[in-house]
Amino acid sequence: MRHLMSPLDFTTEELDRLFDLANDIEKYPAKYAHACDGKILATCFYEPSTRTRLSFESAMTRLGGRVIGFSDAASSSAAKGESVSDTIRIISCYADICAMRHFKEGAPMVAAEKSRIPVINAGDGGHQHPTQTLTDLLTIRSMKGRLSHFTVGLCGDLKFGRTVHSLINALVRYEGIRFLFISPEELRVPDYITDMLKNRGIPFEEVIRLEDVMPQLDLLYMTRVQKERFFNEEDYVRLKDFYILDRYKMSLAREDMLVLHPLPRVNEISVEVDDDPRAAYFKQAQYGVYVRMALILTLLEIQV
Amino acid sequence: MLNVGKIEEGFVLDHIKAGKSFAIYEHLHLDKLDYPVAIIKNARSNKMGKKDILKIECDINTMDLDVLALIDHNITVNIIKDGEIVDKKELTLPKQIKGVIKCRNPRCITSIEQGLPHIFVLADEEKEVYRCKYCEEKFTGWN
Repeated sequence: MRHLMSPLDFTTEELDRLFDLANDIEKYPAKYAHACDGKILATCFYEPSTRTRLSFESAMTRLGGRVIGFSDAASSSAAKGESVSDTIRIISCYADICAMRHFKEGAPMVAAEKSRIPVINAGDGGHQHPTQTLTDLLTIRSMKGRLSHFTVGLCGDLKFGRTVHSLINALVRYEGIRFLFISPEELRVPDYITDMLKNRGIPFEEVIRLEDVMPQLDLLYMTRVQKERFFNEEDYVRLKDFYILDRYKMSLAREDMLVLHPLPRVNEISVEVDDDPRAAYFKQAQYGVYVRMALILTLLEIQV
Repeated sequence: MLNVGKIEEGFVLDHIKAGKSFAIYEHLHLDKLDYPVAIIKNARSNKMGKKDILKIECDINTMDLDVLALIDHNITVNIIKDGEIVDKKELTLPKQIKGVIKCRNPRCITSIEQGLPHIFVLADEEKEVYRCKYCEEKFTGWN
């Protein structure tokens, strides 16, 4: 029995198989409509995350399975003080697979250690969010046909953004990746990541302004720059426009560049960009369902 | 020069960095032992200038020596039988350390889950980096 705790739990070959399956689901959805008949997914969400939870529920429903669960800690037995270990032992009696989101880092791993059913980490604090990374990778592979040989721009809050860290860790396993980190000084990528890139000989540059590097990018991964992350209001006002993607900045980019965003966006991508064929962020949400469907089938070892 | 007598059966931890012997005393739980223990602080050393030494008169196999390597893997462990050194043990960094050091990340599940041991895994042998098994927080030292 396998669980998914980190995007690195799967080898690149295993990821290829997972993404092939996701693409087949996209192409022939009817073939998979009853693949999980009689199976139950438990969504154990100790903190609210409507989008991720609905994506899992949609995935299981589209496979013909059913969903049980809770959507915040207050409506679960955690409110009465039950441990994660005890909860998963009980959930193992009720469901065939579990997607767990928890505000404490490592909680899904504790669950996996005691579980009799596969556990998927659906986000644990600021630590990991592997299904988001799988979604990002599937979107890139499906729309570009490969996961290697890209200049990847990551823009915004690169210090606290776990989706950014996970994506970097996942992409370094592929050949010919070069990173451009676009952020204010305060929100630069942590040292342990730049150290890892230096050790592995992976080229990267850190820049302040997005428009300076737009023409070089094959992929642009946008994240939100939050006002409260800045030391003072003055810096925020001075820098915030550098990290807002608008039609002008898009005019500097290549014709085939893709824009990704883990969503929800607030104002870091202007709505005028939404209709640009290079805007892939809503498509990404669709791929999120396909990759979760493929993951459920893979972890339940269901062949179609 | 201070003289501390030989031990007959047991082990001697030599070449401890000066000042580190109390940390070892604490983490090996030597206070709970009913055996003779001698702590020698700031002994003169040709190699180190100053060093600490611990002499413990008990079977080495009753000790969890993983913690020693974590504190300082350059410590020399001499096994004593009949008052003579009969063996020297090499310290290597353990792959995993259970229940010795605590994760200090307040967002880690170890901070609330009942009965969950604190486990650290060796993430980078060259740089001697240990990370919490659950949240991957780096162990930054004893203090």
